[in-house]
Amino acid sequence: MNEVTLTIDGLAITAAEGTTVLRAALAGGVYIPHLCDHPDLDPVGVCRLCMVEIGGRMVPACRTPVSEGLTVATGSPLIDAVRRTAVELLIANHPEDCLTCSQNDDCQLQRVAAYVGVDRGRLGRLRRTAEEVPVDRSNPFFNYDSNKCVLCGICVRTCGQRQGVGAIDFAHRGFDTTVSTFGNGPLAESVCESCGECVVRCPVGALAPKALEQPSREVKSVCPYCGVGCGMYLGVRGNKIVSVRGDTENPANQGSLCVKGRFGQGFVNSPKRLTTPLVRKDGRLVEATWDEALDLVAETFSRHTGDQFATIASAKCTNEENYLAQKFTRAAMATHSIDHCARL
Amino acid sequence: MAGLVTSFGSGAMTNSIAEISDASCILAIGTNTTVAHPVIALRVKEAVRRGATLIVANPKEIDLCRFAGMFLRQKPGSDVALLMGMARVIVDEGLADEAFIEQRCEDFDAFKESLEAFDLDFVEQTTGVPRDKIVEAARCFATSKPAAILYAMGITQHIHGTDNVMAVANLALLTGNVGKPSSGVNPLRGQNNVQGACDMGALPNVYPGYQKVILPEVREKFEKAWGCSLPESVGLTHTEIFDAAYHGKIKAIYLIGENPILSEANANHVKEAIDKTEFLVVQDIFMTETAELADVVLPAAAFAEKDGTFTNTERRVQRIHKAVDSPGEAKPDCWITSQIAQRMGVAGFDFAGPAEIMAEIASLTPAYGGISYDRLGNEGLQWPCPTPDHPGTPFLHGAKFAAPSGKGRFVPLEYKPSAETADEKYPLILTTDRSLFHFHTATMTRKVAGLEALDDRELLKINPADATRLGVEHGQTVRVASRRGKMTVEVDVTDVCPPGVVSATFHFAESPTNELTNSALDPVAKIPETKVCAVRIEKVS
Repeated sequence: MNEVTLTIDGLAITAAEGTTVLRAALAGGVYIPHLCDHPDLDPVGVCRLCMVEIGGRMVPACRTPVSEGLTVATGSPLIDAVRRTAVELLIANHPEDCLTCSQNDDCQLQRVAAYVGVDRGRLGRLRRTAEEVPVDRSNPFFNYDSNKCVLCGICVRTCGQRQGVGAIDFAHRGFDTTVSTFGNGPLAESVCESCGECVVRCPVGALAPKALEQPSREVKSVCPYCGVGCGMYLGVRGNKIVSVRGDTENPANQGSLCVKGRFGQGFVNSPKRLTTPLVRKDGRLVEATWDEALDLVAETFSRHTGDQFATIASAKCTNEENYLAQKFTRAAMATHSIDHCARL
Repeated sequence: MAGLVTSFGSGAMTNSIAEISDASCILAIGTNTTVAHPVIALRVKEAVRRGATLIVANPKEIDLCRFAGMFLRQKPGSDVALLMGMARVIVDEGLADEAFIEQRCEDFDAFKESLEAFDLDFVEQTTGVPRDKIVEAARCFATSKPAAILYAMGITQHIHGTDNVMAVANLALLTGNVGKPSSGVNPLRGQNNVQGACDMGALPNVYPGYQKVILPEVREKFEKAWGCSLPESVGLTHTEIFDAAYHGKIKAIYLIGENPILSEANANHVKEAIDKTEFLVVQDIFMTETAELADVVLPAAAFAEKDGTFTNTERRVQRIHKAVDSPGEAKPDCWITSQIAQRMGVAGFDFAGPAEIMAEIASLTPAYGGISYDRLGNEGLQWPCPTPDHPGTPFLHGAKFAAPSGKGRFVPLEYKPSAETADEKYPLILTTDRSLFHFHTATMTRKVAGLEALDDRELLKINPADATRLGVEHGQTVRVASRRGKMTVEVDVTDVCPPGVVSATFHFAESPTNELTNSALDPVAKIPETKVCAVRIEKVS
């Protein structure tokens, strides 16, 4: 793809032809406030925060393609005034519970407000009396709090365009506009597939996971469910998996995960896990030491080599484990009777 | 897989997942992709957004139909007739890729002859798909390039599953859709490492890398590498193992991370077979329905508690890393298997860690020859990767096919009915399916409260016409009986199923669907026919 060079606030920035001024600026290290743009989605230009000046005209940077020699100013007295009003209208009725909000410290609205600089006195005059809408807690993995919604539409576009599900869309008009399911019912009763892709992309705390523990480190892994092999990062805190994040660099899933991949890894922490070897004594399975169990297995297997023995290996185990299982069956037990559930 | 080996010389997904987005036509047959492989379904949807035509062939009106330009609703078990019918149209209308057939394929004439039996009257009658739809689909598939075929268990779990796969492969060869990006024949593997387990030779007829156990030179190679003598004849398959146990021939079974009591067709038979097995060792992370019957249960580490590699459906070998410690005394499977071998006095099981095991795998498995832990990095490597400087292979059969002749082989086929068809006593066909929220026998997913909240019980899907005729209502509990077993289950009245067909998953131990299904086997692949089983529905008073 051809590259072009443009100037943003006097800084020469090279970008691929076809990209937008906003994405070129962000990639070049220049922040332009924005809420409704997301790199995975087509730009829509609804939040009006990324207004820039090009050739004396004010245009949304997210909807303006780059071109050779383009000169862009990210701020001017007029832009600052327009932006300030847009931000003030957005936050005048936004709940002020930042410290207890799951998006705290990672919130695009906080970033925008901080960049623009907000006068508390002016906010009070803009505030309208509105009833607090109850939070939709129907989904087992995440909540939807429409009071915190900034109507950027990223969730709507993610669900409709990217996932092809279309569980949510805009409803009502003007100040009453909300993101809603069909018939305004709870999410759990909609066609929502609980993939959580909207939660991942929500720039504020409107769509937020129920599990609030933040990981202290992340470990690269691969989802243990179906054969797609989605790359993911397991968020670990202490000795517990507390979060899962899709690996955007993995070619198999390009960052996407399904409901099982994103929210279904809790089985690892389950209290029902087997924790000790068990040996059947007098008809009952009773706890045993590894030495007891392994000696019993080794001794009994030794008596049943050849045609009397078979291994059922596991399509859930690693390559290395399957390699050892077949080597054991063939080399130690002298039979080729090993199979797994490939056919089921 | 046996079918693809016959046709192409290699039994794996020919192309890569990311390539699907750029296909011009996609035939999705026997795959409920949005449910069983949701992230691959995203690529299919993306292709449709970019202008591709999606053809869905499935007895059920699955979610993917919302994106399909064409929906072919074939009767369960009639896939060969449908695919051969499409091939017949392509040949008759001169739409075949003659240059590709001439240069890259063999046995075309015999195949062409076998098409004679598939005139559209017969195909329409057998499949229940109107002939103009078959013609339209055939034309679209033949003229939109590149065209990709996706399939899953809806193709393979039949008594003629191997024929189904070869019919799919024939169609791809006929239209020149092999060996190019965004084309090919793409079996979507169900388990995270089913591809790897096959690659590693956890199969009764091949060593790692599909090297046949019956070939003397292969046996000698492994005897030399492992320092032991090895048996000459092939072993038993999954279903045959339980048959042998039932008849008292197999006395000890080492069962790792599987739950055949729920997953195996004709599960009652498996239960009896296990009762007759003298010594059953189950190695798992949970006390499964099968582990309850074991003589010894060994607690294993979960994926997040160990290092190793998985090979995904597109042949990509990827690293997993240990994130947390195992609970209690649970141990990685590698450690457990090695310990048993060492206590039996067998040499060759004293590895320092998984990286060292991978080194041995690479030394004995040509397709993995260039794979080592330090090369796997962020993206992994797609086999074949024969040498340490090989970049891996995104799509197979580019210059030549993996078969010894280097050619893609057409296979003449005939239509064979399913082992069981509907009759007076068992008038409905039961086909198995899956839920988005659960996985296989749900050993893992039912331990996650949120997934259980979203889907907590089995629902037998039944067409409104059948429900009315039987006098059963949505939400009512019924008994479903086959020749092998019965279960009680709640009814979901929906036109997702056509009249005469009912479907259920096998995720729920309370409604064990596989006690009903048929373990009749495909004669080549030995896969049980869980997709077609005759049942009747009885009211529960």
